[in-house]
Amino acid sequence: MKHVVTITTGNQPRAGGGCGECQNSCQSACKTSCTVGNQACEKK
Amino acid sequence: MTLSALAPQVHSFAVNGRGYALDVNSGALHALDEAAFSLLQREEIRRALASGSAAPPVPLTPAEQEAWAELTLLVRQGTLYSPLAALPDAPTAPPALKALCLHVAHDCNLRCAYCFAGEGGFGGERGLMSAEVGRRALDFLIERSGRRRRLAVDFFGGEPLLNFGAVKELIAYARRRGGEAGKEFAFTLTTNGVALRGEALEYLASSDLNVVLSLDGRPEVHDRWRRRPRGEGSHAAVLANCRDFVARRGGTNYYVRGTFTRQNLDFSADVAYLLAAGFRSLSLEPVVASEGEWALAEEDLPRLFDEYDRLAGLYLAEHRAGRPFTFYHFNLALFDAPCLARRLSGCGAGHEYLAVTPSGDLYPCHQFVGRERFRMGNVLSGDLNEELMAQFRSANVLTKPACRECWARFHCSGGCQANHHLFTGSLEEPYALGCALQRKRIECALAVQAELALDQARAQAG
Ligand code: SF4
Repeated sequence: MKHVVTITTGNQPRAGGGCGECQNSCQSACKTSCTVGNQACEKK
Repeated sequence: MTLSALAPQVHSFAVNGRGYALDVNSGALHALDEAAFSLLQREEIRRALASGSAAPPVPLTPAEQEAWAELTLLVRQGTLYSPLAALPDAPTAPPALKALCLHVAHDCNLRCAYCFAGEGGFGGERGLMSAEVGRRALDFLIERSGRRRRLAVDFFGGEPLLNFGAVKELIAYARRRGGEAGKEFAFTLTTNGVALRGEALEYLASSDLNVVLSLDGRPEVHDRWRRRPRGEGSHAAVLANCRDFVARRGGTNYYVRGTFTRQNLDFSADVAYLLAAGFRSLSLEPVVASEGEWALAEEDLPRLFDEYDRLAGLYLAEHRAGRPFTFYHFNLALFDAPCLARRLSGCGAGHEYLAVTPSGDLYPCHQFVGRERFRMGNVLSGDLNEELMAQFRSANVLTKPACRECWARFHCSGGCQANHHLFTGSLEEPYALGCALQRKRIECALAVQAELALDQARAQAG
């Protein structure tokens, strides 16, 4: 493609309800705003 | 309403002159050239793409024709205007607590004017948490953590180093009890750095605690608000202590976390200052305040947006020069992103994460502490308002009408409920200024991660 470069095709939801092992989003550094998108998945 | 009622949605945006398109439901991200970007800015084109039309709705130039063909291919491949795959009935793991914020000291050795904690006291009496209350809180966390293995405890205040003895004791206690119960603890301590000397420095530097250091940047910026009880600034001492600490730590597992206010809308200069001072792991956050000369206002937004663009530029320039640094809000996990269940559920305040005051009172999170209506129970008496907990648990990004429609919903997850409540009086209604900044930060985060991924692809190809 010439006009578009795909960086990621995304991750359509994994099946299942989520294992819940990931970190809480607001905890580690900010304490004033919540951004879930920057939490890595812990399910390897 | 069901998940599938969420319409396919694409957000196209530009950062520092380059266009991108985020496919909201799939999380796919594309970098666009001029022709593709300008096509996606046109309403009639977007509508035609969303409806799956093969032919453009209006005559196009040859370059636009090519871009149109590429965009329609992405739609067919499911990375543009994709529908949302349905989730199973239970969108989250079984109810379980996984983190506590222990307010070990409702007291402080600074009197920062903008402090959301009422200069340490959270609007109530000053006081320290006893080790007994702390132990009961840790027992409570372990008991209510269900099958979760990783638990987190934050030592917060006020200033937690004013109760350093209890911190050490509680870490040892958590490790022992966690070992018996098959739980792994991660600890964070947030300090203003004033007392980060001597034994505290020694202990923390040789520990694996994640340490958050409050330092706002340039001396005049920091000292405008962060003053000692008698009014002198704290910058020089705090900077020296933090540098010492980070050097002793070998640069790992810390964040320098500053606050920017209406008086330093040019906060990328503070990021540059902190980098020059030798810190590489940074977080700079907008002040949380609805009034006061420090509070941000709607009319500051254009300036703040420019500033985030400048920061994105600085971030990339440093990476490309071989001096990468971490900026908390740009750490967007493009390739290892959390599952949709997580994206829907938000920060976990009030059900997965609670705050504990020195007297053992429980609140949905550290920011709610002192707002009486949200007192949820007490770790000593064992009482717990399950109803309020259930209310927080059932709130998610889709229960907030503004968030359902928002392109940032799966990255933001519905924002900070404590901030929403502070500004709008409702947990469900986000506050516009916070959302505007959040969306801009996410755009910049997507852009810098995209550029780094492109750099890497080019390096591999060439
Ligand atoms: S930016 Fe605002 S409207 Fe959008 S998801 Fe976050 S809180 Fe909701």
